[in-house]
Amino acid sequence: MTAFPELSIAAAGKGLEAGDFTAEELTRACIEALESGRDLNAFITETPDIALDRAKASDARRADGRAAGPMDGIPIAIKDLFCTEGVLTTAGSHILDGFTPAYESTVSANLKDSGAVMLGKTNLDEFAMGSANVTSYYGPVKNPWKGPGGKDLVPGGSSGGSAAAVAGGLCPGAIGTDTGGSIRQPASFCGIVGMKPTYGRCSRWGIVAFASSLDQAGPLTRTVEDAAIMLGAMAGHDAKDSTSAPIDVADFSAGLGEGVKGMKVGIPKEYTLDGMPAEVEALWRQGMDWLKGQGAECIDVSLPHTKYALPAYYIVAPAEASSNLARYDGVRYGLRVEGSTLDDMYEATRGEGFGDEVRRRVLIGTYVLSAGYYDAYYRQAQKVRTLIARDFTEAFEQVDVLLTPTAPSAAFAIGEKMDDPVAMYLNDVFTVPASMAGLPAISVPAGLDGDGLPLGLHLIAKPFDEVTLFRAASALEQAAGFDAKPGARPSTPQGGAS
Amino acid sequence: MSLDKDTIRKIAFLARIRVPEDALDGLAGELSNIIGWVEQLNEVDTEGVEPMTSVADMDWPRRDDEITDGGRAQDILANATDPEPAPGGEDGNGGGFFTVPKVVE
Repeated sequence: MTAFPELSIAAAGKGLEAGDFTAEELTRACIEALESGRDLNAFITETPDIALDRAKASDARRADGRAAGPMDGIPIAIKDLFCTEGVLTTAGSHILDGFTPAYESTVSANLKDSGAVMLGKTNLDEFAMGSANVTSYYGPVKNPWKGPGGKDLVPGGSSGGSAAAVAGGLCPGAIGTDTGGSIRQPASFCGIVGMKPTYGRCSRWGIVAFASSLDQAGPLTRTVEDAAIMLGAMAGHDAKDSTSAPIDVADFSAGLGEGVKGMKVGIPKEYTLDGMPAEVEALWRQGMDWLKGQGAECIDVSLPHTKYALPAYYIVAPAEASSNLARYDGVRYGLRVEGSTLDDMYEATRGEGFGDEVRRRVLIGTYVLSAGYYDAYYRQAQKVRTLIARDFTEAFEQVDVLLTPTAPSAAFAIGEKMDDPVAMYLNDVFTVPASMAGLPAISVPAGLDGDGLPLGLHLIAKPFDEVTLFRAASALEQAAGFDAKPGARPSTPQGGAS
Repeated sequence: MSLDKDTIRKIAFLARIRVPEDALDGLAGELSNIIGWVEQLNEVDTEGVEPMTSVADMDWPRRDDEITDGGRAQDILANATDPEPAPGGEDGNGGGFFTVPKVVE
């Protein structure tokens, strides 16, 4: 039998329902997996006591015939960007030292209400700013997949701890947040499924804000079906977030297994990059063939402003971040570094509390919003954003979904791309456009590169059409039949020094 | 546009982030690179294009303007450095203060 923490959410749910095992047994197995997987540095805080309490409560509900649904009793990990009542919440930053919220984010509260069991808070890039999980104050996360010669690789970012935990077999699912690709790119790097819903589908209330017009919560799981199940327990209108959409939660699993016969799949020609590895391009072609083989029609489309999405993002997101992060002033929570005057204290606290990447982005944001530069940078970027969204709207007049690669490469070694911020930003070149347009998108593990490392394919759908997105993703998943596993788990036999 | 040391010093003050003098040159180089790269947006003809103000095309609901929460001063102060209790002692949720260095002589 598959080890407990390596079960899918759907399979674990069936096992719980059939009484094959209890939530407590499942949770204990995950807690042990967390302990033996600590080398990955996937968690900032483990919460085994809370997990066991919730697991026992779940078993009691089930014994009473009051099980809450498919997430009841399922152990999950929570990115440490979600505020959790009474549990340290760090955002991966020194500046939030000791911050223990008195409230629970809406998404984690929804999951709690669905019966999901919180195992702990996962590591991330500081304030979710990064694509390699190397900017965390709590140290880099290791990808469970190893590079040539056993080299440690990045898990992607910013939801790198969540992705590593799921890929490394520590838990069946995790939640992350995605601002420009922070769920989808790590999912691709770690060989799992990562999904960003439509902007407004999940409440942002209680999520430490990075860029408010882009941030969305979403699931990281091993299967497309699991992502649909988990999103069902996360989504929903919330009066506490004024950008939360007043739309009923759909049955996201409704189209799973229905196939893609007759579906129109757009292939945007602008997603071919100079210098893109041949394997990424080949996998993309393979993805088209897989969908065509199941009766879909692939149609060439054009999204002419694609190349401007990333530079526009690097104005809009830092601008919003500079404003959102103004609240970290040493007064109300987190780190305080004393100073002789109020300004002195602010500057000392923020100088010490923010890491290099966060400092860079806050300064860029401050610059592009400052007097005399606002029109040239910020306003121009928001106009370009309108054009990017318009490209998608026009493409979706012809097609149901778009198929692209998720990332321009597989995972790279920890320490690479560190001296050139722009080279690091290019990781998100394929995921950022959908973020700028607020569209739902998913990365599905689809193949391996020449070094045996996972590569994902990326699907984008119309606003609030997650059902079609999951339907296409499950067809892709079925055709790809991706079943490769990383060799990093201590319990799996794997040669080499470790 | 290339950002010089003085510009970095100025925006660092606007952002209230202390940057050590010996880090200014490095930051000026990095930020100039990033700004130089985003300036490719100037190629895009945006004549007559409205800047995006909301990514989703919908009417967001508005809540009633009424008090829905409150009386949680202790929760609010719980994470502060050196908070002051309300004068007259602890009264549960009656008050208390954040503290900062003296601003008015």
